Amino acid sequence: MSTAAAEVNDVNSIPLDEMNVSNPALFQQNVIEPYFDRLRAEDPVHYCPDSAYGPYWSVTRYKDIMEVDINHKVFSSKSSLGGITIADPKDRGPGNDFELPMFIAMDPPKHDEQRKVVSPIVGPGNLAKMEDTIRERAGEILDSLPVGEDIDWVDLVSIELTTMTLATLFDFPWEDRRKLTRWSDVATATPESGIVESWDQRREELFECANYFKTLWDERINAEPKNDLISMMAHSPATRDMPYMEFLGNLVLLIVGGNDTTRNSISGAVLALNENPDEYQKLIDDPSLMPSMISEVIRWQTPLAHMRRTAVADYELGGKQIKSGDKVIMWYLSGNRDDTEIDRPYDFIIDRENPRKHLAFGFGIHRCVGNRLAEQQLRIIWEEIMKRFSRVEVVGEPERVFSNFVRGYKTLPVRLHPKT
Amino acid sequence: MPEVIFKQPDGTTNVVEADLGSNLREAAVQNDVPGIDGDCGGACACATCHVYVTPEWIGKTGTVEPDSMEESLLQFADDCRDNSRLGCQVEVTEALDGIVVEVPLGQH
Ligand code: HEM
Ligand code: FES
Repeated sequence: MSTAAAEVNDVNSIPLDEMNVSNPALFQQNVIEPYFDRLRAEDPVHYCPDSAYGPYWSVTRYKDIMEVDINHKVFSSKSSLGGITIADPKDRGPGNDFELPMFIAMDPPKHDEQRKVVSPIVGPGNLAKMEDTIRERAGEILDSLPVGEDIDWVDLVSIELTTMTLATLFDFPWEDRRKLTRWSDVATATPESGIVESWDQRREELFECANYFKTLWDERINAEPKNDLISMMAHSPATRDMPYMEFLGNLVLLIVGGNDTTRNSISGAVLALNENPDEYQKLIDDPSLMPSMISEVIRWQTPLAHMRRTAVADYELGGKQIKSGDKVIMWYLSGNRDDTEIDRPYDFIIDRENPRKHLAFGFGIHRCVGNRLAEQQLRIIWEEIMKRFSRVEVVGEPERVFSNFVRGYKTLPVRLHPKT
Repeated sequence: MPEVIFKQPDGTTNVVEADLGSNLREAAVQNDVPGIDGDCGGACACATCHVYVTPEWIGKTGTVEPDSMEESLLQFADDCRDNSRLGCQVEVTEALDGIVVEVPLGQH
C-alpha cells in the first residue's frame, strides 16, 4: 500500500513525461483516478516512452476515445499487431504467444463476417427465452445464502451467479460449471496475477478447455438443435462451417467477455449502493429505476478499464502526432470520469438524465456485442436480490484485482439483511 | 415542424414533432420513443438508433451510403434490411414531414 499511496500524494509533482498509468498496482490500490484526472486536464493524449509494456499513448478524454474507437481503419485490433490489451501476446514468451482466433482481435473484413454470425446468438431475442431459467436459478442461489453473518459477496454471489448464467447460456454440465469460471480467469491471466503460476500453465489449461468444448460440440452437432449457444452454433449454417479453432475462439470469447465483466458489475453495484445510501433508498422506493441503475453501475464500475489499438497509419489526435505502429490505449475508465461529457462523473446517480451515455461497452464496430445480454442478466439478478434482502451491507474493505485491464474485486465482505 | 411517425413492432405509433436540421434519433430520444436508445449520442458509433424507413419514404431519405460507417454498423444489427437506416444519420428536412419509420423488435 505504502508505495502507491506515496505516489498519489505526489501525483501532481511527477514530471508529465514520467507519468505511467499502466502500473496494475495503481488499479489494485484504487488510486489510479487522480492520475487520469491530471492527464485529462494537462495532457489528454499522453505519450509514455517507457513502461513494462513498452512505449504507449494514453487517450483519456471521452471525445478522443470515441474518435479512436470509431476509426478502425487507422486503429487496428489485430492480434498479430498486438491485439486489444496493453500487454502484447509476444510478452508471454516463445510457445505461449499463441492466440485463439477471436473476432474481438480482428479487423474487417474477417471481424465483420464472424461478428455477424455470433451477434444474433446474443441478441435481444435469445435471452428472453432463457429469462425464466436464469431467474429461477438466481433465486435458488440467493435463497441458499446465510443471512446475518459475514460472507464474501464475490465468491458466494457474484461468481456463483455469473457462472450460473454462463452455464445456462451454454447448457454446460451443471456439476462442472466452475470450470467455466476457471477458464475465463485463466484466459485473461498473467503470471503476476496469482491466477496461474506460469504462461505454460495457462497454455495447458486452455488446451484442457478446448478439449472439453470439442466434446460438447461433437455431442450437440449430432443431437437435435436446442436453445443453447453451443447447439445453436453447431447447427447454424453460418457457424457450422467455421474452422474448429475459430469456433473455439468465439466460444471462449463469449465466456471471457461475459465473465469478469458481469461478475464485477454485480459486486460493483453492492459497493456503489453502500457508498451512496441515498441512491440505495431511491432504488428501494422506486424499483422502476432498475434499468438506469444497471447502466449507472456499468459506467461507475467500468469493468474493462481499457482497450488497446495499434495505429496502422500516422494520425493526429488532440494535437499529438501518433505514428504508424504506435500502441494506443483508450482508457475507458478515464473517459467515464470526464466532466466535459458526463455531469458529476464521480457521483453514482441511479436516476441520472442519460445513464446509457458511457464508454464501458466501447463504440464502433467492436462495441460490446453482449451489452444487452449483460444488462438483462444484471437486471434479473438485481430484481431477485431486491425481492429477498432489505440491505446487502458492506462490512469491510474490498480487495481489488491486480490488473490494468479487468477492473474488479477479489473479495467483498458483506452481511445480508433479509426482508421482513 | 416536420412530423415523424414511429411505428412500434406491436402496431402502436408515436407521432412526434422534430426540429428542422435535427435527425430521426434526436426526434425519438427527445420524445422518449421506446426502442430507440441512441447510446452514442448520434455519433454513428453504436447502432442503437436503427429504424426501417417505410418504402414510400425511402426515396426521400435515401438508402445507406456504401462503404460508410453506417453500413459497417448496420450489418451487425438484428434483422438488417434494405430499408434499414441509423436514425442519427437521417437529417430531418421539410421533405420528410409525415415520414413513417418502423422501430425494430430489439437493438444491441
Ligand atoms: C457489463 C458487462 C460488459 C462490459 C463492460 C463489456 C465490455 C466490452 C467492451 C469494452 C468491448 C469492446 C472491445 C473493443 O472495442 O475492443 C466488448 C466487446 C465484446 N464483448 Fe463485452 N462487455 C460486457 C459483457 C459482455 C457479455 C455478457 C458478453 C457475452 C455475450 C460479451 C461479449 C463481447 C464480445 C464477443 C465482444 C467483441 C465484439 C467485437 O469485437 O465486435 N460482453 N465488451
Ligand atoms: S445513435 Fe449511435 S449510431 Fe445512431
